Amino acid sequence: MLKYQKTCQSILLILGVSMISYGAVRGEVATVLGKAIKLCLECVGIG
Amino acid sequence: MDKEKKLLSRKLAKIRGWIQAAATLLTNIHIPNLFKGKIYQGNAKTVCIPGLNCYSCPAATGACPIGAFQAVVGSSKFKFSYYITGFFILLGVTLGRFICGFLCPFGWFQDLLHKIPGKKLSTAKLKPLRYLKYVILIVFVILLPMFVTNSIGMGDPFFCKYICPQGVLEGAIPLSIGNAAIRSALGKLFSFKCMILIAVIVLSILFYRPFCKWICPLGAIYSLFNKVSLLKITVDSSKCVGCGQCSKACKMDVDVCKTPDHPECIRCGACIKACPKDAICYRFMGKSCQKNDNR
Repeated sequence: MLKYQKTCQSILLILGVSMISYGAVRGEVATVLGKAIKLCLECVGIG
Repeated sequence: MDKEKKLLSRKLAKIRGWIQAAATLLTNIHIPNLFKGKIYQGNAKTVCIPGLNCYSCPAATGACPIGAFQAVVGSSKFKFSYYITGFFILLGVTLGRFICGFLCPFGWFQDLLHKIPGKKLSTAKLKPLRYLKYVILIVFVILLPMFVTNSIGMGDPFFCKYICPQGVLEGAIPLSIGNAAIRSALGKLFSFKCMILIAVIVLSILFYRPFCKWICPLGAIYSLFNKVSLLKITVDSSKCVGCGQCSKACKMDVDVCKTPDHPECIRCGACIKACPKDAICYRFMGKSCQKNDNR
């Protein structure tokens, strides 16, 4: 059970890092930044 | 048990309020912006903060992970966010819902509201409502922004727009105080979201963390990792006397002895503090946080 958990954790950690890297490479970071630095009209309730 | 040997787990649980305050300050470090009515626009906003914290808050240090996910899936360029999903997996497998208990500013806000003296109600009979947050995650955070799009293929951040009370609390209220143009633009949607915020505040005084239990999609995501996260709560069965104090102390309605890795456990440590035999402790990567633990 412990071995199974450790394998799961390792796979998920690698998957997480890989997905962040892939997302950054294909330009998602710019979309996140573009949204985060402007006033989010939906968030504040303007529409 | 040797009294000289302090228990790290118990200590961590005891200083939780201070850790929550520090985490809230770190995720909202640009405090002078609150008085200017402007949003921080630096590169730190490419990184998501672990808890629910609106990026339209003038003081916000980073991006809100739920808002950022909707922004990417609702953009005309992408239909899925590997960047944010990877972030969820990485944080989820490392800390699980410890983030809800220790690092989320909105969790801390609800904790403070619940400290207001008055009648407190149990949520034990409302357990089925826990599943609502998974429905909100799938429908409002993933499906609607992905598929309900305008003519140029862009979808609204439906959760932020129609549900999230953090946007009003951290974004609209401080921005409208400091910025007359924003104040004049607020309309019916703002009023609707204000009503949600007021409802959450009232419910938080009566119940313990109603938003975390029933609504929060971020909590729903992290809950999926509680069983495999590196940080866990474990019960030493050789020390446990089955007194049930841990389950009585748990405000998230978890039977700690039976399921210490329950998806609803926010690792707040109330069970650790309540245990008369010091049988419960935090473990990170299989190592006990108790100094005197010989295992």
